[in-house]
Amino acid sequence: MDAQIVVSILISVCVASTPLLLAATGELVVERSGVLNLGVEGMMIIGAVAGFSVAQITGNPYIGALVAIGAGAVFSLLFAFLTLSLVTNQVATGLALTILGLGLSGMIGEGFVGQPGIKMTPIDIPILSDLPLVGKLLFGQDAIFYTSLILVGLVSWFLFRTRAGLMLRSVGDNAKSAHALGIPVIRIRYMAVMFGGACSGLAGAHLSLVYVPQWVEGMTAGRGWIALALVVFASWRPARLLVGAYLFGAVTIAQFHAQALGISIPAQFLTSLPYLATIIVLVIIARNRRMTMINTPASLGQPFVPDR
Amino acid sequence: MIKKSALALAVTLAVAVTAPMTAAYAGSHGGKVKACFVYIGPVGDFGWTYQHDQGRLSVEKAFGDKVETAYLENVPESSEAQRPIEGLARSGCNIIFTTSFNYMDPTNKAAKKYPDVKFEHATGYKREHPNVSTYSSKFYQGRYVQGQIAAKMSKTGVAGYIASFPIPEVIRGINAFILGAQSINPDFKLKVVWVSTWFDPPKEADAAKALIDQGVDIVTQHTDSTAAMQVAAERGIKAFGQASDMIKFGPKTQLTSIIDEWGPYYVERVKAVMDGTWKQVDVWHGMDDGNVVMAPYTNMPDDVAKMATETAAKIKSGEFEPFTGPITKQDGTEWLKAGQKAEIGTLLGMNFYVKGVDDKLAK
Repeated sequence: MDAQIVVSILISVCVASTPLLLAATGELVVERSGVLNLGVEGMMIIGAVAGFSVAQITGNPYIGALVAIGAGAVFSLLFAFLTLSLVTNQVATGLALTILGLGLSGMIGEGFVGQPGIKMTPIDIPILSDLPLVGKLLFGQDAIFYTSLILVGLVSWFLFRTRAGLMLRSVGDNAKSAHALGIPVIRIRYMAVMFGGACSGLAGAHLSLVYVPQWVEGMTAGRGWIALALVVFASWRPARLLVGAYLFGAVTIAQFHAQALGISIPAQFLTSLPYLATIIVLVIIARNRRMTMINTPASLGQPFVPDR
Repeated sequence: MIKKSALALAVTLAVAVTAPMTAAYAGSHGGKVKACFVYIGPVGDFGWTYQHDQGRLSVEKAFGDKVETAYLENVPESSEAQRPIEGLARSGCNIIFTTSFNYMDPTNKAAKKYPDVKFEHATGYKREHPNVSTYSSKFYQGRYVQGQIAAKMSKTGVAGYIASFPIPEVIRGINAFILGAQSINPDFKLKVVWVSTWFDPPKEADAAKALIDQGVDIVTQHTDSTAAMQVAAERGIKAFGQASDMIKFGPKTQLTSIIDEWGPYYVERVKAVMDGTWKQVDVWHGMDDGNVVMAPYTNMPDDVAKMATETAAKIKSGEFEPFTGPITKQDGTEWLKAGQKAEIGTLLGMNFYVKGVDDKLAK
């Protein structure tokens, strides 16, 4: 296999992993603040439809992506209001958000079905992008890909190296104590949820503007749920998220190549490989109970009502 | 513990709502015939489900006020289809079209419970009750034509096939494609990639990329979205559309597409219910009845287009049938002798490859 093909395969892996990484990074921050938002799939598809439709209207995929970020954040605000201000059940509200998002996006996107979209063109840095082999892989991909990598770094730095990050984690570990210390629990959770929504929105925009530049109902096809699982997989550590998302993406692409090579393993088994690989790694990680305990936000999914 | 159970609940529920069903009902019911449809994907997939919905729209157009239609989309293919199908039967539908292979058992079960409702199941073979009909189209006829075009157009001599599930309909398509290709180039090879879904645009795109990276220069698919067409266009190779005309997604890429025209059949069957002449049938329409239509032959030299037109005309007139011997199975045994035609039963239950397919079927 010549090197050109290897590069092409690696780029496919990056494309497959980027939306998962983005959505999971957002959800990680949300969960670190103690909120479990199962609406990732719904926010993602809202981002996909918003990004696609705005890109079609304006002719500019970057404006589309920015609107998708905003749409995801605004949509998540609904979840935040219900669960944080009205203290509804987070699991049920998150599921409702997913269902609402899938339905609403179908309605918004009806007029855009069957239109070929505008693909976000890869960035082009003189000299660097033209380097043999690594040029295209490292310096010639789309802007959302680079954003996703930078974001993981930023989130990691924010959570573990800044005062604000410490506050957010303390809210997620023990909301009552944080409240007693004068930390604005609800306000921090609101911001975390909206950050999660923005990330999911961008992940959706990646689907409809880079991965497959078109709009079709239900095009997220369950990727939001994979992102949710990746957060647990990563035991709430951003760096591990990178490993998880790329492991999943790599196995997804690799199994297609195994099939195309005609390797005589049943295709049904190969298609289930990404999920199997994720489960196996999850089991290995979970064996170290103390590590898992330390990283799990202690009050995840528990509502907080400040007493006066 | 609360946390753990919340997560467990979340995962369980997640599975349940991955593809929530949505319903659309039109108008009220009063003395009209109500025709209902159950779809596997969204009506906007621009492929399989889209074409069935076009069929529904032609029913509305043909009968106007005398008919009322309703549909359910994104209905999962399993026992979960039971409830939605029965729900439609209860809601006053007179005739229900279930438009995917694995609605087979749920359709028959519902038919037993609601003997007054007529059921029409697409692409299946079980008719356990007198009120169940089955109908399908001979898409493989179009696949044969595509195979011939692929062999003429391919420089590498290898085509890629994105397949959904190993059911007879899909295997039949793969076999017809390779038979067509081998009629032009006996050494033609076909790589098959299974995606285990009918509709997942990103996954379909990934499969197309993998095939292209491995040297195929023609992509064809038996999945429902236009994603593979877009990837082929981006990589500068040729591709075939599926179920609907996908030329918009690959103006310089699409060679042709097999278009499913369900309209004529749906109109005929709804009319039969109106007239009270509905009887159980098992139909397998093809090019001859206008149910399988080829999109214009584009992006190919005139002589290739001419050859494709001629082959399609021969199939349409009944002069030629793709599954005519001599045909050897993949394992090297003889299936059909020279001039022998395949039996319908074998075609409907097809579970083996013919020679030249670079893939193994799980036993």
